[in-house]
This record gives sequence, structure tokens and C-alpha cells, in this order.
Amino acid sequence: MKYLILALTLFLSAPAFAVEPGEVLTDPALEARARALSKGLRCLVCRNESIDESNAALAKDLRLLVRERLVEGDTDEQAIAFIVDRYGEYVLLKPTASGANLVLWVAGPAMLILALGIGGTYVARRRKAAEAPGEGLSEAEQARLNEIMAE
Amino acid sequence: MALADIGFSIRTMITELGHFALILAFAVAIVQMVVPLVGAHKGWSGWMAVAEPAATVQFLLTAVSFAALTHAFVTSDFSVQLVVANSHTAKPMLYKVSGVWGNHEGSMLLWVLILTLFGALAAWFGGNLPPTLRARVLGVQSAIAVAFFAFILFTSNPFVRMAIPPFNGQDLNPLLQDPGLAFHPPFLYLGYVGLSICFSFAVAALIEGRVDAAWARWVRPWTLLSWMFLTVGIALGSWWAYYELGWGGFWFWDPVENASFMPWLIAAALLHSAIVVEKREALKSWTILLAIMAFGFSLIGTFIVRSGVITSVHAFANDPERGVFILMILAVFMGGALILYAARAGVMQAKGVFGVVSRETALVLNNVLLAVSALVVFIGTIWPLVAEMAFARKLSVGPPFFDMAFTPFMVILALILPVGAILPWKRARIGRALKQLRWALILALALGALAWAMQTGRSSLGPVGLFLGTWLVAGSVVDLLGRTGRGAIGARLRRMARLPRADWGKAVAHAGLGVTIFGVAALTAWQQEDIRVTRIGERFQVGDWGIQLDDVQRLQGPNYVTTQGTISVWRDDTKLYELTPEKRVYPVAGMPTTEAAIHNGILRDIYLVIGDPQNDGGWAVRTYLKPFANWIWTGAIIMAFGGVLSLSDRRYRVAAGAAKAAARPAAVPAE
Repeated sequence: MKYLILALTLFLSAPAFAVEPGEVLTDPALEARARALSKGLRCLVCRNESIDESNAALAKDLRLLVRERLVEGDTDEQAIAFIVDRYGEYVLLKPTASGANLVLWVAGPAMLILALGIGGTYVARRRKAAEAPGEGLSEAEQARLNEIMAE
Repeated sequence: MALADIGFSIRTMITELGHFALILAFAVAIVQMVVPLVGAHKGWSGWMAVAEPAATVQFLLTAVSFAALTHAFVTSDFSVQLVVANSHTAKPMLYKVSGVWGNHEGSMLLWVLILTLFGALAAWFGGNLPPTLRARVLGVQSAIAVAFFAFILFTSNPFVRMAIPPFNGQDLNPLLQDPGLAFHPPFLYLGYVGLSICFSFAVAALIEGRVDAAWARWVRPWTLLSWMFLTVGIALGSWWAYYELGWGGFWFWDPVENASFMPWLIAAALLHSAIVVEKREALKSWTILLAIMAFGFSLIGTFIVRSGVITSVHAFANDPERGVFILMILAVFMGGALILYAARAGVMQAKGVFGVVSRETALVLNNVLLAVSALVVFIGTIWPLVAEMAFARKLSVGPPFFDMAFTPFMVILALILPVGAILPWKRARIGRALKQLRWALILALALGALAWAMQTGRSSLGPVGLFLGTWLVAGSVVDLLGRTGRGAIGARLRRMARLPRADWGKAVAHAGLGVTIFGVAALTAWQQEDIRVTRIGERFQVGDWGIQLDDVQRLQGPNYVTTQGTISVWRDDTKLYELTPEKRVYPVAGMPTTEAAIHNGILRDIYLVIGDPQNDGGWAVRTYLKPFANWIWTGAIIMAFGGVLSLSDRRYRVAAGAAKAAARPAAVPAE
């Protein structure tokens, strides 16, 4: 049994590191740029990991590719464009704000403005109700009274 | 031989009993769905009274079924297909038990177990609810149960047998063989599924056509309970990711994580809006909508996790039946509830009146921020699917997007929170609140500035995180102190200790949020990383620490083999700690895992990972210094503890009856 397990172990590839020591560039500025770019690129065969985090062989290839481009003097944008050309926009963890994707990017601020508008209208109406004399006010007091009684 | 046969047949019988109990529970659920709802409609008290015993029986039957499945796992009954696929005789007992919910079918059974548990709890503790409301709540709750029993029995039956039982099982995914993850799903489900009670209360209130302070008072403890469990569940999952995945990430914005985070955000919003309904009789229809949406997001989460449709578009094709079934459940319950809402929401008149600057307005703002941030997460999560189906674009939405789109909401929320928390109801003055908070603000600004001056980089993340964290914690202290009136500090502290538990709960939970925000910002901004090849006996420096690989051994665990490094941590020439990171391989499941070794500290974690042997005889070693890592989960635990304090408030124990007495004269029957 022990030999079987050992034999099996030899077959199974042990987990490699995400970024392996051999990959690291000697120029720390370039390496830092490579790391930053890697964090925004998806490992294509993984579930939801960037190539910076992934152990997969394909992620390693991509990491090396990014470094290669940077060493050859590409700007960050050029290096990303180079990879998107080859692997498609699926590789970008931060989608571009082009075309239909505008909806994705605008959705947050737009919904916030809309919600603030609705909330503001509601608050304004509640305040108006305060200014209206008579029944509304007494009802509010009634509610308050109930609440005091309840406590 | 004969004895073994008897043992085998008893084992088989227990499994069959479990299966039978599940079918019986399904039948009881159908009865509990129909009879009380009809009874409440017609005003037949006998029919309404069916709900309570039915809820109890339903829960007990489901518990029997769950116990039977657990028995099959614990005794390694390999005639059950699920046990074969997810267990192994060599697996430690803890993971034999947690293996029950470490798979789709078993976790669905846990799902309904918790669903029926909440139904039973509502029946047991709902004694002072008006009878029609109680019958309707339990009826709606049972309708949800019917849907999920059907889902389990028709698409995901955990009791399916093997014609020829194999000699041993295929083992549980090794990543799941971990104490953190063993308890993560139960907590998460207690939260997720607990929200079903809020949903049932909302739908029942819509059918009744009445929402008042008493209703909010009944709903709030359930929301609080669900939110607490969800908080702990999410924190456990995040903590697990931190130590298990091998590089110390704690949040990935994975669709499956988002699936639990969206209900958490909505539940937090619901928690706050229900306060406005309870205290001020305003925001009623919005609160009902939130209660519906909170469970809606739970169902969406279940759909995302179970169908695999978003994680990978192709998984949907692998199992279309399950995905479609959950989609149908989602459509029926959300569609039905929202139609009911559209028809009835107009009935709910707000009574409370308040000025523009008031606690009410602050809570409206809280709800706007929490609800919109949940929607942002939702859109980001489903966007890859939308883009592919509608625009034929295959794209990813990952952490960089979520960090950018979500973080501003939390920053604004944290900025306004301490102010909103101390504003009085009805009418308030901002100037007064700010004056009260000035010391908290000065302290927070000072610490933020200090961090800015001390750090080496130019990133504003760390200082801003420290500012916000301090602002929230100090703001909570001001909130509590502000309730103690004037006088000597000793007298005020004594009065502070006697404040209602709900006040303490609120302050503690808000402070917990501050701790988590600071932890996240500090870890993200200030972590240090070192990757290198080192030889045994060599020492290298990371930050203030000397790291030395002393030894590497190959060892045999119960169901894995491991490569274990012994690494010592030094400061100057003193050896401080010895850590043993491992690289394991689970031969049965055929999977390697990384076991990082972490020295936990209050101010920092030292996080060590051992990698592959190199050709020159060295070993790859990764070292991380992770400042304030533990604060992230500690903050979450503090938040949950705030919930416990709030839940134990005297009002919930004593006043529920009084509230009912006060509210009853105003009751107007809907029909």
C-alpha cells in the first residue's frame, strides 16, 4: 500500500507556486509592473484566478509572456494589448468600458443617483407630511404613543 | 458471517428509513402549505392550527433523514452512491461527518433541514403572533420547503444506491478536508435559509394587507439571526481561503462568494429599515420589498452555486435539470411575491413624519448605499453571462472591477455611519452631531495622518483604512457615551454599562465593521512578499525577520503524503518560532494541496509556503508578512457578537407580547 501511494505521488504533479522564483525579473521596477499586470489577467483554465495567483502551467506561460514583453520595452498598455490580441478580452479581469460594457461601468453610479433621487423624494414627502397640520400629525403622535406604550 | 449480515441489513434499513422520512416530510410540507393558508383565508381556526404541529413534524422527519445520511457517511456505507463519491474509510471522522454536506445532494439536504428548522422555530416562538398571520407565515414557509423537497427528490436524491457496492470510496475533495470549511456551509446556510422566514413574514403581511410596528418587531430578530450566521459563515470561508489556498488571499469576488455576499448586504439593509418600521412606522413597503429581495438573493445565490452557470458557462449544459429547476423555484417565488407586492404595497401607509436631517434619513441613506452596492455586485456577477448571451462577447469580470466599483460605497457608508448613528429620530441638527463626534474625528484624522507619514509607499489605502476604522470604532464609543447624559465620568460609565443591550449591540457591530475595514485596507496596502530559492541552513531577511529553512521531510498522513519543511523564524540572532509548511498529496482524490504555516500575531501574520525542490538542491520558499490579517475576521466576529447582544435585548424577550397588545386594536382585516 505504501509503495502504491508513493508511486501515485510520483505521477501527480505537485502544486507549483504561483509566481516561481525563476520567473522573477532582475529589474525590480519591471518586476513590479509585471506583477501589477499579472493581477489583472485571468488564468484561462482556472475558475476565477489571476495568472499572478494561479499554479497552472498556462498561467506560468502568460506570466513569462508578460515579462518578455516588458523586457522588450513594451508599455503596460502595449503588453496588455499584445495578450488580448492573442487570447481575447476574456483574459481581462477588469473589462474594458467599450460598447455594451459601458452599461456595466455606468450601472453603479447611475443606480446610486437614481436611488438617491427616490430616497430624496421619499424624505421630502415625509417632511411635507410633517408640515401638513391636523390628522397626519395626530396619527404620527398616535404611533409614537403606541410605541411608548409598547416599550 | 450471520452477524455481519444482520449489521449490513440494519445499515441498509437506516438508509431506507432516511429516504422514506424525506418523502414523508415532502408530504407533510404539502399539507402545511395548503391547509393553514386556506384556513387563514376562510377564517377556520382548526385548519390554521394544523400549521404548528405540521412544522414540528416536518422538521423532525427531515432531521431523521439527515441523521440517516450522516449515519451512512460515518459507517462508510458504500451501497450509497453519494458516500462512494465523497468518502473513504481512511478519512478522519470529522470529515466523514462534514462530507455529508461537502457535495451537492447532501448540502441540499442540509439546506432543507435548516429551512424546516426555521419553520419549526417560527412555530414554536410565534405563540404571540395573531393566528392568521402565524398560519400564513408557516404556510408560505412550507411552500418554499415543498419546492426544495421536490428539487431534492426529483433531481438530487442523496439516497440513490449502487447496484454493486465498491470496496472503498473516492474520498472528499481534499481542499474541503479542513476544519474551517467543515463548519463554513452550516453557518452560511443558517444565514441564507434563515432569510426565508423574513420572506414568509413579508408575503404573509402582504396577504394580510397589514404592516405595523409589531410586524417589524417580529421580523427583526429573524433578520438579525440570519445576518449573524451569514456574517460568521462568510468570515469562516474567507479565513479558510486565507490559510488554505497558499498565498493568503481572503476575498476573490468569485461568483460563489458574491452569492453569499449579496444576501448579506441586503440583510444588513433590511435590519436597518425594519428599525424604521418598528420605531417610526415609515419605510414599510420598502422593508417588505427588502425582505423579499433578501431571500431572492439567497435563491439567486443557490442558483449560481448549484447550476454552475456563471462560474463556467458549460457546467449549465452538464446539469441543465438542476439549474432549470432552481430557476423555476426562483421565478415562482420571486415572481409571485413581487406581483403580490405590486398589488398590495399601496395599502401600507407610512405614519411616521420626519425632517430632512434625522435618523430616518440617515437610515434611508444606509439602505440606498447597501442596496445599490448589492446590485453592483449582482450586475458584476452576471455580466459575463449577459455579455455572452446578448452581445456574443466572452469576457471576465474580476477583482479589479469589483474593487473599483464596490469600495466607494463602503467608504461613503463608513463616513456617514457614526453621524447617522447618533442623530435623533424625527428632527436633528448636523452641527450638534458633529460637535459630539469631534474627538472621534480628530483621533481618526491624527492616526490616519500618522500612518501616512510612517508608511514607505505613497498609497492612500492604508491611511484611509486606518482613518475609517478609527472613525467607526471611536464613533461607536461616542454613540454609547452620548446616551449616558451628563456628570462625572465614573457615573457615566456606570450608566453606560446599564444601557439596553440593543444599544450595545449596535455600537459593537458598528465598531466591528470598523475593525474589518481597517484589517482589509492594512493587509492589502502593507503586505510584504518574498519569493526565492533557498538551501537548507541558509538564512534570509524579510522585513525585520530572519527566515531559515532547517529541514525538509517526506511524511505519511492518515490519507495523504506530505512534504514538510521546517522553517525557523529569527529576530537578530534569537530563534523565535519554528513553522512547518507542507505540500500534501491526497492519492485517492488525486489532488495536491498547499498547507501554509502561519504564525498568527495581533499586529502581523508570518505566512510561509514551501514549494518545489530545485535542480540545484534548493527549495522554493515564499514568505509573506501580512499586517493586521486577523483583524479582518475578528471584525466580522465582533459584528456577529453585536448581533448576539442586540438579539438578547430585553425588548425581544418581554415586549413582544406588549407590542401585540398595543397593536391589536388597530388591526383591520384585509379580506
